[in-house]
Amino acid sequence: MRVRFWGTRGSIPVAMSSAEVQRKLVTALVAAAGRGLDTPGKARAFVERELEFSVSHTFGGNTSCVQLETGDDDYVLCDLGSGARVFGNNVLATRGPAGHRFHVFMSHLHWDHIMGFPFFMPAYLPGNHVRIYGCHDTLEEAFRRQNAAPSFPVDFARMGAQIEFIRLEAERDYDIAGLRVRAKRQHHGGVSYGYRIEKQGLVVVYSTDSEHKQDDPEEVRGFVGFFRDADLVIFDAQYSLADAISVKEDWGHSSNVVGVEMCQLARARRLCLYHHEPIFDDERIATLLAETRRLEEITRGDHRVEVLAAYDGLEIEL
Amino acid sequence: MDLVVKRFADTVVLFPLGRVDHATADQLKADVAPHLGPCAPGRDRVVIDMTGVEYISSVGLRVLMLASKQAKAQGCTLAVCGLQPVVREIFEISRFNLVLQVFPALREALAAVSAAALAAFEAA
Repeated sequence: MRVRFWGTRGSIPVAMSSAEVQRKLVTALVAAAGRGLDTPGKARAFVERELEFSVSHTFGGNTSCVQLETGDDDYVLCDLGSGARVFGNNVLATRGPAGHRFHVFMSHLHWDHIMGFPFFMPAYLPGNHVRIYGCHDTLEEAFRRQNAAPSFPVDFARMGAQIEFIRLEAERDYDIAGLRVRAKRQHHGGVSYGYRIEKQGLVVVYSTDSEHKQDDPEEVRGFVGFFRDADLVIFDAQYSLADAISVKEDWGHSSNVVGVEMCQLARARRLCLYHHEPIFDDERIATLLAETRRLEEITRGDHRVEVLAAYDGLEIEL
Repeated sequence: MDLVVKRFADTVVLFPLGRVDHATADQLKADVAPHLGPCAPGRDRVVIDMTGVEYISSVGLRVLMLASKQAKAQGCTLAVCGLQPVVREIFEISRFNLVLQVFPALREALAAVSAAALAAFEAA
């Protein structure tokens, strides 16, 4: 199974400013001085091997959308944030306009998690089939409403694909698109749901927009069980722990510190920091990643958790 | 986990010992609570000396945050000091060093919260 990240930013899409682009270029050019980078090949090798990620790349600015490539023809996604626009265009460019089937698991219906759908081109093309799964009773209403006037010029009824909404119940196993899927209720305004998705022994947990209050040991045990032995946990790490339990308490998000602890307790293999704070620039997210890796190292027992930070375009082979 | 308590004039100093994690955080919370109750403006200040704490998890940090909130609500002073290197890193990564009053050692903490407590500490 391969996991591809199309949108990784929390709350609202962001774009690099011209000043940030210039700062990266200046840093790169100074680092390249005297290196004789007189061919594209030499320059590319230098960029790939010698520059910090936060200089040579960007973590990106699209909101939540993650694809699970399962080896089947059907497409499987988690959430339809603005990253879904890029994903949809990629499908049309590489696989043609029609004949596609999409399965989408929705964490919740806040705007940043559904805003990509009006720009999801496969949904406008007859011959495609979109199945949207979620646990909220307002699942269909939320999607129809954002495509309606005065919010959007093209009404939901004019989308040409076959679009279905399928209600799931939390804490129950489903077999969907060749996957074993289980949803879990999470703390978030209006409630969110995480998904534990399994296929042939591989386990991906998608757990975004989830506040871990940790004041109830039974609830902690429940999440540890949900993350148990996962190959990859995609985890909402938008805030610092101090913010999450003080000024931003009850805002519905978690921290890198809790992510490390939960994955250690659950003996998960990889923790992927996700739903990045929109005010963080690339340097800040890179620092967050380095600190989180350090935390994992100094608190490690007999189990190592690999720590990653999601970025738009990241692919993880499980 | 164990908790040693000492008083220096108008300041109570708490010395938790061991690991503060999912298994022990509730004990720390229960042990600290009686000393926070009397804490008020100008008297019964509280300092938590972490010299004997080798590890603190997010649940333990939450206990410190709740204690700090209670102290603020009561208009009194709560400070933390004596972080071991690993605990100090955990404080920095979690940004707790930015929301709690943290001092390198007990003497500095007492100097910051109460002249009378510092004098009593140095006379002891």
